[in-house]
This record gives sequence, C-alpha cells and structure tokens, in this order.
Amino acid sequence: MKSLKWKAALIAAITLACLYGVFGLPRSKQELIANWNRNIRLGLDLRGGSLLVVQVQLQDAFKVEANTQIERLKEELAKQSIPYQSIAHNDPQTLADADKIAIEVRGIPAEKSQLFRNIVAELLPSWVLTPLSSTDYRLTLKPTEALALKEDTVNRAITTIESRINGLGLAEASVQRRGGAGSEAEILISLPGLDDPARVKNILQTAALLELYEVKDGPFGRQEDALAKYGGVLPLNTKLMRSAPRPGDPAGEGWYVVARTPVITGRDLRDARPAQDEFGKWETAFVLSQEAKGRFARFTEANIGNRLAIALDNQIRSAPVIQSRIEDQGRITGAASHQEASDLALVLRAGSLPAGIVYLQEQTVGPSLGADSIRKGLIAGAIGLVFVIGFMLVYYAGAGVNAVAALILNGVILIGCLAYLEAVLTLPGIAGIILLIGMAVDSNVLIFERIREELRAGKATLAAVDAGFSKAFLTIIDTHVATVVSCAFLFMFGTPAIRGFAVTLVIGLVANVFTSVFVSRAMFQFALARQGFNPKLSIGI
Amino acid sequence: MELFKNTNIDFLGKQKYFIGLSVVLIAIGVGSWAAKGGLKYGIDFTGGANITVRFATRPPIDRVRAAVSARIPGEITVQEVTGENELIIGLPLKEDVALQRERQAVVDTLNETFGQKTDRLDLNNTNAQALADRLREPFQRAAIPMNDEQLLALARRILDFRNSSPRSGVLSSFDQLREVEGLTPQMLEVIRQQCYLAPFTIRSAEVIGPKIGAEMRNKAVLAVLYALGGMLVYLALRFEFVYGLAAVIAVFHDVIITLGFFSLTDKEISLNVVAALLTLVGYSMNDTIVVFDRIRETLKLSRRELTPAIVNDSINQTLSRTVLTSGLTLISALALWLFGGPVLNGFSFALVVGVIVGTYSSIFIASPILIFWHERFQKGKRAAAPAAAK
Repeated sequence: MKSLKWKAALIAAITLACLYGVFGLPRSKQELIANWNRNIRLGLDLRGGSLLVVQVQLQDAFKVEANTQIERLKEELAKQSIPYQSIAHNDPQTLADADKIAIEVRGIPAEKSQLFRNIVAELLPSWVLTPLSSTDYRLTLKPTEALALKEDTVNRAITTIESRINGLGLAEASVQRRGGAGSEAEILISLPGLDDPARVKNILQTAALLELYEVKDGPFGRQEDALAKYGGVLPLNTKLMRSAPRPGDPAGEGWYVVARTPVITGRDLRDARPAQDEFGKWETAFVLSQEAKGRFARFTEANIGNRLAIALDNQIRSAPVIQSRIEDQGRITGAASHQEASDLALVLRAGSLPAGIVYLQEQTVGPSLGADSIRKGLIAGAIGLVFVIGFMLVYYAGAGVNAVAALILNGVILIGCLAYLEAVLTLPGIAGIILLIGMAVDSNVLIFERIREELRAGKATLAAVDAGFSKAFLTIIDTHVATVVSCAFLFMFGTPAIRGFAVTLVIGLVANVFTSVFVSRAMFQFALARQGFNPKLSIGI
Repeated sequence: MELFKNTNIDFLGKQKYFIGLSVVLIAIGVGSWAAKGGLKYGIDFTGGANITVRFATRPPIDRVRAAVSARIPGEITVQEVTGENELIIGLPLKEDVALQRERQAVVDTLNETFGQKTDRLDLNNTNAQALADRLREPFQRAAIPMNDEQLLALARRILDFRNSSPRSGVLSSFDQLREVEGLTPQMLEVIRQQCYLAPFTIRSAEVIGPKIGAEMRNKAVLAVLYALGGMLVYLALRFEFVYGLAAVIAVFHDVIITLGFFSLTDKEISLNVVAALLTLVGYSMNDTIVVFDRIRETLKLSRRELTPAIVNDSINQTLSRTVLTSGLTLISALALWLFGGPVLNGFSFALVVGVIVGTYSSIFIASPILIFWHERFQKGKRAAAPAAAK
C-alpha cells in the first residue's frame, strides 16, 4: 500500500507538470487560451505560412570580386606605367562553375614581365598567376580563398535576408543554412503566419544595390545615340546606364553617361523611410551616414547645376538636377504605393545582397487551409477516439476504464512534452496522434488478453494481473522499440512536416509505455487492494 | 465480452491459398504499375508546381484552363477536388527561375480573369496589414474613431472570420461580415465601398525545382531502405536472423501491395505517403513481433523444436489481440481517411490499406517463412530454442 502511494504521487506529479507546461497558471479563461496558443506551436501547414529554399548565385559574387581586383590592377599598372592590351574576366554562368573564375591579362611587354609578377604577388595575394605566353597571363583564385569567399557570400546573404525579414516584423521567422555550415549555398527560410508570400519573395529577391553617380552626359533616347556622340568609345572612367521607364513617369526610357565609380553607395546610408512629396506621391527618403556626409556635401557643392543619377540595381531611378549643396538627405521617387515605398526603405536599411538568389522551393499554405486542416483532423480524431473508448469500455468492462484513463493521460503527457520541447505540431503530427490512439490501445489489449488467459488458466486474480503485465511487457518493449527505430529514420531523412510526425509519434510511444504499463498497473493494484482478501477483477469475462 | 475464445484454426495448413492470394495481389498491383508506366508521383518527387484555388461556387474549370493555357506555354493540368469547390492547377517541371515566373503568372491570370479592374481591394486575397492600411483614411473620413492597433485587430478579426469554416477563405457577400465581432453597420458600409470580393482565393502553392525534387526522391528511397535495414538488425539481435528476415519480407510484401493499390486507384505518391508507408512498416512489424514473441515464449517453456503446431498455437493465442488491435487502429485510420480532408487523403489511404495488409501478412506470410526456413535449413540440427531468447 505504501508503494502505491508513491506511485499515485508520481503519476499526479507528472500529470500536473504536463498541464502546467501547456496552460501555465491561468487566472482567467482568456489567459488559459492565450497560454495554450503560446505553448502549442503549430507548424506551417496548420497555421499557414511559407517555406522557401533559395540558392545563392555565388558566381555573381565571384564576378564582383574579379571586377574589383581588375580595377585595382589597372590602377596599379597605370601608376607603374606598364602598358597592356586587355584585362578581363571570364563569365561563369552557373553556380557549379563559380570557382572557375579567371582573369586574363594580355599584352604585357616581355621586358616588364618581372615587374608585373611582383605587382600581382603584392596586390593580389589570393590569386595564382599562370603565364600563357610571353605576354599573356591567367589569374585564378586559390581554392582556399574561393572557399572562404563562398562561405562569406552565403553568410552575408543570410544576414541580409534575416534583417529584411526582421524589418517586416515577422517575429517567428527563421533563416538558416540548409544542411548546416559548409554545405551547399542554399538557405532555408521559414515564415509562419505569413499571408502575402508574393510581396515577401520580391523583397527578399531585390538586390537593393543603391548607387549615386555623377552624370557626365545625357539623357539620350537610345544607347546608340550616346555612343555615336563619342564616336563609339566612351570617355575614360565613364559608363552608360539605362533609366527604366516607370509607370506614371513621362520621361520613359533613357540613357545616361555617368562616372564609373559612384559617389555614394548603399553602404553609406544611415536610414531610409517612406515619405510623401508635396503632391502626396510616395517616395523613399534616405539619410547618409556621418562619414559620407562630408563627401556628399563637397560633391554637390562642386556640381550645382549638374545632374545626379540615383540608381537602384544598376538602373537609374531618377536623375535630378542638383539645386544646391546637399548635406545628408536624398530621396528615391516613383513608388506606386505606400507599401512599395516602405518595402524599398526596408531593403535599403537591411543592405544589399552580395549575390543574386534563385528560389528552389516554395511551400505556401493559406491561413484558411490551415484552419480547415485542424478542424478536419480534430473531427477525425474525435470520431476515432469515441469508437475506441466505447469499444474498450464495452469489451473490457472495468478494466476498460484503466485503458481509457491511460489513453487520456497519454494525450496529456504528449501535449505537455510537445510544449516543453518546443516541438512543432504539424498535420502529419495530428495523423501521428490519431495513429497513436490505435497503438496505445494495442498495449492495453495485449496486457488485458494476457490477464484473461491467466485467469482462464485458473490463476488467482492478483497473480494473474502480475503475470499478465510481466509477460506482455517484453512484447510491448519490442514493438515500441521497432517503431521508434523507424521514426528515427523518418526524423533523419524527412522534411520538417514529417519530422513533426516522427517527434510526435516517439513522444507518444514513450508516454504509452509509462501509461499502459505503469499507470494502468497501479490502477489495478489500487482497485484490488481496496477489496481486501481474494479480490475480483472486472475485465469482461 | 469475449469474441475469440480458445480458437484453434489451422492457419499454416491453409497457407498455400493465402500465399496464392498474395501473389495474385502483387501481380495485379505490379501489373497495373507496369501498364501505367510506373507509379504516379506527387510534385514533391517529380518537381513542378501545384496551386490550389478555392472558388465561392463550383469552379469554372474550362475557363480557368483556357485562361492559364493562353498565358503559359506547354502542358498544364487543371484538376477538380470533388466536393470542395477547389481546383488544383499543376505546372510541369521546369528550370527554377521559369517555374517561379509561371507560378506568379498563374496567380496574375486568375486575378485578371476573375478579379475586378477597379482600385478597390480584393478582400478575398488580401492580408490584415493591407486591409488596415486601406481602411485607415476612409474610417477617419466617416468619423469612425479607431487607433492603428484597434484597426489592425479589426482587420485580423475580419480575415479570421473569412478563413474559418464554412467560408474557408472565400466570402461570397459582404453581408456575411455582419457576424464579425465589433463591426458596426457603418464600418461595413465603408468596407463595401473600399473593397470587392473576387470569387476565388489561393489556398496553397507548392513549387519544387528540379534539384529539390531529385533530392527528395533519393531521401525517401533511402529512408525506407534504412528503416527496413534498421528493423532487420533489431530483430536479428532480439530474436534470430531468420525472424528478422521473415518479418522484413512480410513488411516488404505489405509495401508492394499498398503501392499496387496506389497504382490501381491512380493516387499520387507524395512525401506524406512515404511517411505513411514507414508507419505501416512499423505497424506490420509490430504485429509480426507479437506473434514471434509468443512463439519464442512457447519454445522456451516447452524446450521443443519449432513445429507448425507451435506456430499455429501461437497465432491462435494472439489472434484475439491481433484482431482487436487491428480493428481499432483501422477505425482510427478510416476516420482519418473519411473525415481528415484532402490534404491527408493519400496518407490515410496508405494507412487503411497498410493496416489490413500488415495484419494479414504477419499471420500468413511471416510465419510460413519461419517454418519454411526451419524445415529447409535447420531441422534436426539442434533443438531450436532461439539462441537470443533471454
């Protein structure tokens, strides 16, 4: 009897701990519901939201790196007055070819060869120089450096995407590398509760490369017109840039000749906000950082009356004439709506992506579908449960009550564990729970059938209960371990939703061993102990 | 109540009929599989895109097909979900960027075909923030006092109402909104002026590029093989190698027959179905272990060799448990299949078939293999008390 008290205390403690994990200590009905909603985490498929897998186009970052090095090299060669015919990099198109990036330098005079080698060794230590002929060379990126650049690019992309998502106020979103650090250049973004995937996909995909250029000439109606004016060759250190026609903007397409290097880039921004101009049109206003302020003021003062091109993602958005010295303010006009202006402000604040991204996978579940799935899952579960409970009570009479109590406690422990482990309940998880009802009943049936056999064989009640439990125990362990083994593989190889299924099933199976063996046995012992000498057992025979 | 009392059925004596039945079932399944040129895989494995659209009334399937086909080159599928007013628009596998572009094109086409070309906001395809932004100024003009927080809360309540059953995402008239808590007739009037109701909403969208599709296929096959291998090892350790082998063959038999049913009924194999297959692997194994456990126990007590009689007795002794458990699990699975909704349909169908076949195989497939092996390789070698019996 003493050990029974301990058992009862243990069972009560576990039950209360699980209930606390789910409901906390609510003081009102609202609080109870709020705690439940907070502690039971629903997966994307139940509450709605999006799961995105993006691939970082590393070749972009490699090309940018090659361009930067080419500019530095050209500058140094000019300084040292070494003539050359051409310096250019190749154009890897796919992610797999990214590290095949190479810079080819042609036409270095043979007598300057040694000097050229020294410059390269000093200026570009991460590149390997291979001579192609007496005047031509090829530079390739060292494998270790390529790997470092790759890791850096992916990590920067993750940081940028994270800050953009945080800016959207999606608190529960998660951004992580797919497959862990050092694996492929893929990022897994999970956005629970998101109800507007198209907008978020756009925000994430925008490169958000802001650049302010000095306009040297333009606008020209066509690219050819601009080139024709300069006889086909642009002045030194300039480039052509296109300004795209925007809806509602009369200017249309145009081409500008601008300075090669921008005065200000996205990195010089301190802040960006949506704002309205005097006509109520939406635009994005930005403020420059302390460090960029002086530079921009000097530049605008010297260029009053000239145009300034504001380019986003290599397209000119507007090219206003500089009216006066500007300290630290600027604006990007032409937003179609408040949302567009604030989205642009958001991506500017978050910084630009180091490389383009491509969506490999999207899984979006609308909120209405999630709500329907929960409702239907609950109905199916309730129907199954009613049948099972009814059957157990009819078939096993008094012992059926044990089975039902064990089943309910199993549910409480399962939900409590999900709350404590912060595990996510998914649609396959609900299916797992329904399956668990069947499996939980199995343990009880095994035990009860065993007890019946022992009783039929003529054993006394107490001995029959003991024998029934101890003989069925081995079988229960074997069956449960076998299912846990298959769940382990599901967890290792499954998608997040299927992992939810595996986690739910494993927790339920462990809880089931406890409830159907330990709790149910304690209930039998308690019922029999109360009857005193030579007790009777109600088990349907 | 007792259903099976001291049964004494000669299961092994009738094994040739049941093995024959299994062979026929497998032949039909694999035959249909071969005739259809392989199983029908869901987009989780093939790659491609599925967009599920819910309509307010019975969906105009031909109009949708015509509109989407006009916009997107190549083959598209438009499938009706019976009884749900829903369509699934399927796009075949393409390169990642093209696939994303076409997914957006489908949504745009639907908006152009069924939406209104007005400045109003489509209440059936909007989010809470956008709705709140839209209503802020008109509410102010109509002198409805509300701060931003209250407004957003109201927008959320309206959309939660729209999303709940029986609307399930599509409002068919503004009058339905009268039930929303805290929405006055005056507010409803403003909403009526600012918004309109498109006759559809996007329920879900799934886009899977070529790389992810191939990856999932490999993972699924590996998961099934590893799970089978893991169980074989576990049973070989707990019993004897042949017990593990017999159980794995029985389970393999279940998987093949279930897949055959999928082929016969033209159902898609999705990732969820693979999860269900693994569950039934566990379940069938469960059943087989119960019978094997009983055989092991009897052998230990009687110190005799494995004979068909012992196997028969063990099956009979556990028969009541086998039928009860299978019956109750089958009821749970059936409830899920009939009431669980379309998302879980494939999953629960696999469970229903699997529970039946799994129960059958543990009696009629696993046990005969045990006897066959014993009579062929081990008879007379030694008293067959399993070495691993502890």
